[in-house]
Amino acid sequence: MRKHLFRLTLLASLAAAALPALAALDVFACEPEWGALATELAGDNADVYVATTALQDVHHIQARPSLIAAARRADLLVCTGAELEVGWLPVLLRQSGNNRIQRGHPGYFEATRYVRLIEIPSRLDRAQGDVHPMGNPHIHTDPRNIARVADALAQRLGEVDPGHASTYQSRLQDFSQRWSRATSRWKRGAAPLHGVRVIEHHKGFSYLFDWLGIRAVGFLEPKPGVEPTTGHLAELLAQQRRNPAKMVIRASYNNPRASEWFAERAHIPVVVLPFTVGGDSASKDLFSWYDDMIERLLEANR
Amino acid sequence: MPKIHAVAAAVSLACLVAPPSYGQSSDDLKEIRDQIEQMKKEYETRIRALEKRLAAAEAKAAQADRRASQAKRVAASARHQAAQAEEQVAQATAAPEQAPAAPPASTQQERQNAFNPAISLILQGTYADLSQDPDTYHIGGFIPPGEVGPEKSGLSIAETELAISATVDPYFSGFFTAALEPDGGVSVENAYFTTPMLGHGISVQGGRFFPDIGYLNAQHQHAWDFVDAPLPYRAFLGGQLADDGVQLKWVAPTRLFVELGGEAGRGLSFPGSDNSDRNGAQMFALFGHVGGDVGASNSWRTGVSYLQASPRDRSYQDLDSAGTLVTNAFSGTSRLWIGDFVWKWAPLGNPTNRNFKLQAEYMWRDEDGTLAFDTDALLGNPVAGSYSSRQSGWYAQAVYQFMPRWRVGVRYDQLYSGNPSIGLVDSGPLSAADFPSLARYNPWGTTAMIDWSPSEFSRLRLQYQVDNSRPNATDHQVYLQYIMSLGAHGAHIW
Repeated sequence: MRKHLFRLTLLASLAAAALPALAALDVFACEPEWGALATELAGDNADVYVATTALQDVHHIQARPSLIAAARRADLLVCTGAELEVGWLPVLLRQSGNNRIQRGHPGYFEATRYVRLIEIPSRLDRAQGDVHPMGNPHIHTDPRNIARVADALAQRLGEVDPGHASTYQSRLQDFSQRWSRATSRWKRGAAPLHGVRVIEHHKGFSYLFDWLGIRAVGFLEPKPGVEPTTGHLAELLAQQRRNPAKMVIRASYNNPRASEWFAERAHIPVVVLPFTVGGDSASKDLFSWYDDMIERLLEANR
Repeated sequence: MPKIHAVAAAVSLACLVAPPSYGQSSDDLKEIRDQIEQMKKEYETRIRALEKRLAAAEAKAAQADRRASQAKRVAASARHQAAQAEEQVAQATAAPEQAPAAPPASTQQERQNAFNPAISLILQGTYADLSQDPDTYHIGGFIPPGEVGPEKSGLSIAETELAISATVDPYFSGFFTAALEPDGGVSVENAYFTTPMLGHGISVQGGRFFPDIGYLNAQHQHAWDFVDAPLPYRAFLGGQLADDGVQLKWVAPTRLFVELGGEAGRGLSFPGSDNSDRNGAQMFALFGHVGGDVGASNSWRTGVSYLQASPRDRSYQDLDSAGTLVTNAFSGTSRLWIGDFVWKWAPLGNPTNRNFKLQAEYMWRDEDGTLAFDTDALLGNPVAGSYSSRQSGWYAQAVYQFMPRWRVGVRYDQLYSGNPSIGLVDSGPLSAADFPSLARYNPWGTTAMIDWSPSEFSRLRLQYQVDNSRPNATDHQVYLQYIMSLGAHGAHIW
């Protein structure tokens, strides 16, 4: 009898040990670009939950019950970091009761740890608006950053799910090749954009501009995270008369009013850029999102 | 390595020398140069104008001489300023060339992990215009739960909240909130640790915290949508319940949010009575919440909570039939059931422009035990008899953000006192007139507010309330309130 019991226990514990390896890895992506990247690298090995959409302002997400439930199930959290999610992610971590995805654990992955941030403020003062103290966190708009994060993420997937480490590495190789080809294609295609002066709603595409040599000469927001004011827009218009910019750029989640008001008076086009994957119908994955962004910019520049 | 140090030092020096308003990218610099070019042109024209005026002035009488020299001085200083600005640009240009030598991002320090805890401070103050004397505030038909009414008319600051939090080690996090009272006292509002390290959706919390019962109770008062707590919170939880205890909570591994938890505490405040001479828990709570999303724009949460307290000699003051101020006390068991419901709407899940929130809670309480009359023995020997009450109440509120920064809200509160059975009255020596606070009455209130939040960190609010807490007097209350949060960026619970 005791022997049977022993066997049964052994069998049960073996089954329990085997189960997690069979089940797909649960990935919780804070933003769609990291969800798309995780899908590229993990394929069917992961169930990817994306917490936000391109139509939401990722600075201001509410820690909804559904997000807590998703964080509870996650094996790996893939987020931007650099305090972009500071207003909601800590609540999810605390309330989820999930030890795998806490800070400092392998299940906690911050993309901004693997790239160089720009626009690090020399002065930290909220009088300057909602400044990002660690630098501009919107790193995903430079494809070279995506490539760096992909390397780190494939590595991390392998740590969290060692059984498939080699799969993640081979998928990374495949992705990296396609990505680097696409990156040079985008760069060549976007050559006419070099030196083009633009006005932007929020500093959301600084990395993209940096990469393509686009010059942001003004921002509709008087200060980061502060809604545009008429006084500030009038100042921008005066600047526009002296030193014209060629287009106004806003992300699809930004309120359209300010950019339309400005564009109408300045007689320049508004370009609505998908802020990430899913920002418009054409942006289905990372590749088509960049295709779409660059196409929209080129079109407005013609 | 020393080379990197030297370069880093050079970079930081360059950054220090360069005025902070000048960004790091060469595009910005070009922009600045353009602007300075513009400035120079403007100065040139101004200088030319001044020189013209100068010539005219020289032609005039000797009296004008003084003015001319003044104009000369202005012209000189304008030229000097232009030169200075140019120099600054030159300095700023020097910086970006060296910038790539900065240390790679992977070695950058992560501020959240710096050992300093996150510190924040909430400043609050109100101007209150009350048509009734706040000292006469009481909730008719209910055993007084302590100070729950408006504190003062006129201008006053409310308690200032100092919050400190940090991770303790890989296993625990600690949270502390002190309330600095306007008249000098300090009270510990929250002081607790949490750990999610047990995994499997289990988290443990211990210390002084707001029990997770209902919806509003776990939120800090500065995050509420109105200046004050709704009537059921005041009558049944003394405004907001905090207790010393432990909490165990479990989140289910399901798509639907399901959370179950329990708490055991000392029964520090109303409906408990802080009996320091007794072992074991004097208050315990059970709660369950479920929630989820409906489409991309709607989310909801609903739940049921149960709170049981065992107060001993929970005293309050009342006037007896002869008008003497006597102290009475309740001992027994207090059971409270709460049902809560919240619905939030934000178009496509983006609440920054417009959003809507509907929230309602229902409470039902039963208290059984003994009620002692005149425990201070002012009128002879104290007497005691049985006491039992079934009381309930609810509130519902809606808050709509109709454009960025602006919100409006309405709230309706209602309480039902029922008819408590008081042994000393039903079969004892006293009459109902000896317990005027417990005379049957159904208090209610209606509130409207509008608030404006220039940023995430500040809020100004105007609130008007028709308050019928007192049986025979309506209090028209107007509040103007400010809430400012300084320091660490807090993350708010949903």
